[in-house]
Amino acid sequence: MVSVSEASPRAYRPVISTITSRTMADLLHRVAERRDVDAFKKLFQSFAPRVKSYMMRQGADANTAEELAQETLLMVWRKAALYSGEKGSATTWIFTIARNLRIDRLRREVVWQPLPENADEEASSDPLPDEELDARERRDRVRAALAELPADQSEVVTLSYIEGLSHSEIAERLGLPLGTVKSRMRLAYSKIREAVEDLR
Amino acid sequence: MPIKHHPDSANLMSCAAGSQPEALAAVMAAHIAMCPECAAEVSKLEAIGVALFEGLSPAPVQRSAPVVRARAGEANHGSTMPEPGPGGDVPAPLVGRIGHRLDDIAWKRLGPGIWHYPLSLSKGAEGDLRLLKVAPGKAVPEHGHGGAELTLLLKGSYHDAIGEFQTGDVADLDADVEHQPIAGETEGCICLVASERKARFKSLFARLVQPLTGM
Repeated sequence: MVSVSEASPRAYRPVISTITSRTMADLLHRVAERRDVDAFKKLFQSFAPRVKSYMMRQGADANTAEELAQETLLMVWRKAALYSGEKGSATTWIFTIARNLRIDRLRREVVWQPLPENADEEASSDPLPDEELDARERRDRVRAALAELPADQSEVVTLSYIEGLSHSEIAERLGLPLGTVKSRMRLAYSKIREAVEDLR
Repeated sequence: MPIKHHPDSANLMSCAAGSQPEALAAVMAAHIAMCPECAAEVSKLEAIGVALFEGLSPAPVQRSAPVVRARAGEANHGSTMPEPGPGGDVPAPLVGRIGHRLDDIAWKRLGPGIWHYPLSLSKGAEGDLRLLKVAPGKAVPEHGHGGAELTLLLKGSYHDAIGEFQTGDVADLDADVEHQPIAGETEGCICLVASERKARFKSLFARLVQPLTGM
């Protein structure tokens, strides 16, 4: 049986952590610039439990998930210098590290998606002073858009993002033709697309 | 040259989710390296994963934070992505696997006017990833079938009933779409082809032999 209720948009609970996204970015900058061990411990406390939860949804047992949470945060420590506030929130950056680690360790496959970096392209944007505010607003819009999705669309989106299933694996899990899965993904995309746009 | 054909939105999403089969993920990465539009799109679509991630109920962790020490010069400043060399025409994510220049690849002949170069996948990964080089005017062989497929034009062009595909374009077609691409008349084409199923060489060779036997 598929249980997507925990991460389904309808089940959103308020983010329990009291630390705001601005604080997260500050902590990450402190780790990057000053190699601040206290800041790192705070990041660990805020993120490790959710990374562990994510890894368990991706199919890891509790022990493995715990190790992968440790490893994700260790990677945050090592690669903090690559973090740029202009490329998204601290949570986004840490999420992409967890996502890539999951491909490497749980699927044992090559990670083709690089981490967002300071250096390259994205010809855009002078950093705005209220970037974190933008990020927060965007996050709220994305959540609202996800919550509005019909159940069958939010199910495929959750299976893709949180359980890490490919289109074919989703089709198999739900007993649907591949084409149906893809068209549900496309419909979901058309409804969420506007919400992920930068407000610039 | 502007890129006209992009991956389907369902693939852009699962690319952002990191949930594509390895072979398809490789084609997406190579396309993204050539297409700033899709690079931006995929990075925006990561916001969906972040929103869902934040909505997960945290699992209590048993162990405390790993011990880290502040040592000077420890931070990893380097990029993990190899840069394309001077005069190179291979997208950055592939450079580590096939070098900088498509001409330098050790092509293996597959049939008249058709060469290939298979790329290995991870041990547990299903599917097929290979480069195909097709002489001008020749039919581009299809393989795989039945599962998802992605084709990226790395050089040259081909055309089929859908239109003209040029360097950087991706053909992201549903499995039931019938098409027979023909390599461009001037320089042929080189493509990176991924399918989530094992390649079916029987039908590939059948296709190659077909024109000769006149069947």
